[in-house]
Amino acid sequence: MTLGSGAMTNTIADIAEESQVIFIIGSNTTENHPVIGTKIRRAKRYRGAKLIVADPRRIDITRYADLHLQHRPGTDLALLNGLMHIILREGWEDEDYIRERTEGFEELKAVVSKYTPELTSQITGVPVEQIEEAARMLGENRPGALLYAMGITQHTTGVANVMACANLQMLLGNVGVPGGGVNPLRGQNNVQGACDMGGLPDVFPGYQKVTNADARAKFERAWGVKLPEYMGRTVTEMLNAAEAGEVKCLYIIGENPMTSEPDLNHTRHSLNKTEFIVVQDLFMSETAQFADVIFPAAASAEKEGTFTNTERRIQRVRKAVNPPGEAMPDDWIIIQIARRMLALGATTPDPDAPWAGWDYESVEDIEREINALTPIYAGVTWERLEAGEQLHWPVPSPEHPGTPILHTTKFSRGLGRFIANDHVPPAERPDDEYPLVLTTGRVLYHWHAGEMTHRAAGLEAVYPQALVEINPKDARKAGVEDGDRIKLSSRRGEIISTAQVTDRVEPGIVFTTFHFAEAAANFLTNPALDPTAKIPEFKVAAVRVEKVDAAD
Amino acid sequence: MTINLIINNQPVSAPEGSTVLEAAKRAGIEIPTLCHHPDLTDIGACRMCVVSIDGARGLQTACTTPAREGMVVDTMSDEAVASRKFTLEMLLTDHPNDCMTCEANGQCELQDLVYDYGVSWPEHSGKRHHYEIDPDPNPFIFIDRNKCILCGRCIRACEEIQNRDVWNFAHRGFETKLVAGADQFLLDAGCESCGQCVTYCPVGALWDKMSIGKGRLSQVEKVRTTCSYCGVGCNFDLNVRNNEIVRVTAAADAPVNGLSLCVKGHYGYDYVHHPDRLTRPLVRAKWLDDATLQENLARGAWEAVSEAEKRNALLTWRRQHGGNGQSQFPNSQSQIPNPKSSISPETFIRTDWDTALDVVARKFTETKKQYGGDAFALMASAKCTNEENYIFNKFTRQMLATHSIDHCARL
Repeated sequence: MTLGSGAMTNTIADIAEESQVIFIIGSNTTENHPVIGTKIRRAKRYRGAKLIVADPRRIDITRYADLHLQHRPGTDLALLNGLMHIILREGWEDEDYIRERTEGFEELKAVVSKYTPELTSQITGVPVEQIEEAARMLGENRPGALLYAMGITQHTTGVANVMACANLQMLLGNVGVPGGGVNPLRGQNNVQGACDMGGLPDVFPGYQKVTNADARAKFERAWGVKLPEYMGRTVTEMLNAAEAGEVKCLYIIGENPMTSEPDLNHTRHSLNKTEFIVVQDLFMSETAQFADVIFPAAASAEKEGTFTNTERRIQRVRKAVNPPGEAMPDDWIIIQIARRMLALGATTPDPDAPWAGWDYESVEDIEREINALTPIYAGVTWERLEAGEQLHWPVPSPEHPGTPILHTTKFSRGLGRFIANDHVPPAERPDDEYPLVLTTGRVLYHWHAGEMTHRAAGLEAVYPQALVEINPKDARKAGVEDGDRIKLSSRRGEIISTAQVTDRVEPGIVFTTFHFAEAAANFLTNPALDPTAKIPEFKVAAVRVEKVDAAD
Repeated sequence: MTINLIINNQPVSAPEGSTVLEAAKRAGIEIPTLCHHPDLTDIGACRMCVVSIDGARGLQTACTTPAREGMVVDTMSDEAVASRKFTLEMLLTDHPNDCMTCEANGQCELQDLVYDYGVSWPEHSGKRHHYEIDPDPNPFIFIDRNKCILCGRCIRACEEIQNRDVWNFAHRGFETKLVAGADQFLLDAGCESCGQCVTYCPVGALWDKMSIGKGRLSQVEKVRTTCSYCGVGCNFDLNVRNNEIVRVTAAADAPVNGLSLCVKGHYGYDYVHHPDRLTRPLVRAKWLDDATLQENLARGAWEAVSEAEKRNALLTWRRQHGGNGQSQFPNSQSQIPNPKSSISPETFIRTDWDTALDVVARKFTETKKQYGGDAFALMASAKCTNEENYIFNKFTRQMLATHSIDHCARL
């Protein structure tokens, strides 16, 4: 939006080896991207890179940081604006870079001028001296890399938060240089690839907009059908439309919205209202229990293909074992349904269209179609991957070496645009009835809704049950001791879980995960969405804690 | 700056700052090592890499001696070879003679050196250690201190690669012992269970606990792949034996991570073989033709899934493994009032692929004809491959005529 692409601008190695300062905001890196976390720890210890971590919790990596800014949940934007205020006050901005590569600087200045250290401190709860110190570290050490994850995006101001990250880095001239960049750490193994391959309602593969007539015409020619001119529904909108009876059929592959969506009582209601649900999965997930047809799918160790990692690197996945029983790879299943639907006349593509057919014989056949229709993957050929080439998209041709660092000479959109926004408080704030702020995330030993990690014996043994982190002060107030069973309730639902009394969280804040179906945080979370990205505010909800009897 | 020296009568050049060991390696001359690893700082502790250097007093450790201009080195002098043999014999005096059953057999650096130098098992009745085998209750890292050669590679890997500083040596002399933290259990000593120490152990003292007895190097096939957990994109080798993943081993040439792994990548693979895996297509009875259903049930080709079986599979397993296993899902659509063997319209039937695929293709085709593309919503998967996501995107847009495809990118 400000730069033009939704991906890490730099590589992991580049940050590990070149950055003079690393600023992590909204990423529990050592638990959620452990190997990147390790590399950052090494950069700090052996290379003397400065490390700043902004996080409401005393997460593991704060122990290694030069500075931990412990801001209140939902105040990232104010914190970032406050840092920019000081950078401008001190003249640490990169004037040449701003003049040559960006636009909108005056608007940025106007907005951040309001965020004096005092005001920023008042909003965020971070002491003035620490904000000053962080700005100084960023100002005096170049290049600097900014890393963020869901702690920035899962807010009603998610998009504004991301833009503020980009603003800060452009202000410092840190975008498009080795050791710099705006680097979202992508969660799932192939969330980057699922986005790249058009698993989004607004874009075809390679981020070609469905509302763009040229892009649409290109895919209409390729696939030999007429395509809708308007965007599709996001997950949250799908569930709302299902509840309203507008969506009749849901087809879900390897996802478990019945634990991962916000406000699960609503999700359950939507799934119950849907006429026909098809699920492809490894296990009988919470979501699969609502299905009409369940297809047994192969795990990634049981199939061939590629994943794209958080730094846009495309890598091979190889088949090591056969799937159990009759389970089949997801692509085989999709192809079988498509072929049957063609036979039933569900659609009649123009037979002359070059990519209309479904007669794939191998994964390489699919790769060729991707190469032909996805400019950023045009040169990502099966042969090059098999030969061990390391390719970061964009790879516009078979001869192109790939693009480890984005925006080195110009941004995808031309000039980088400063879009400044004011701090807006989270959609839900604590009150007398729900006095605590719940923030959610993951832990090292589990993954997402836990479909895989609960079935990995060692991981489950180390972290067998859901825990709620609560500050000793709040615990005392609620009469709760470490290990007590507690009830956590919000306006949307309640869960029973176990208290972990710890100063990892500040007073007024509790933390839990969505790994455990029996105590899924998402019965509590707020489905309020960012207006642009439609991302729910998982990171802030108002809750109440009560002790329950062990028998409950 | 380049330095020129002579190693084993051969002229060798190396960049300034190289050690004798590195210079020799560049020239293809192998010097035996145990405590050395190219990723770690050198400590010159094991004395295996000793070499003779003209003008130097006594043998020098090649791993810590800087290469100097004009240096003349003999890596196989009688003195060096004798010293190595003596070192190996000393190690064997306090090492179990159980290569036949040792996990590390075939990839043990000590075993290889004993072979190379023709050292035989020393006859002696001196003091030996009798440490408890696998004394640490953690589920991932197997410890047999009797096999520990005190090279300290695990200590340096934990410190220098993982920056976790869990391992250390306690006590002195013969009593020197590898300990975690203040002689604690690993998980109490701040261990992140990455298994880096196992990867760097040259012998069988530290091993992957989940792989004990599952197959040694010569018995497994290694398949290089990309991790299925987070977006870092670590590569590693799945070690496969008899269609089962028995171990994950790190690969030095993995582009993103090298030998680094985290606990999920290293030890989170067993979900692949979990008994809960779905193995047949399931269709609710109401979508099946009744006569066909009865016939297939009667001849045993299809079978009904009981509610208890369906809901309890995961929860039972988790309870066994220490989870509290309390379901928050009592009200799903699938609940039937009478769970006896009777079949309700909502009962899941284990069918065959043809039947299940036809049910879906027919229902999708009818729905599209009746309501159009907006009646569909598809959730792609951040766990699936690019190729699968691509054709799912094509299926959505081309076959169903909608752009309503999304996935958990925001979750």
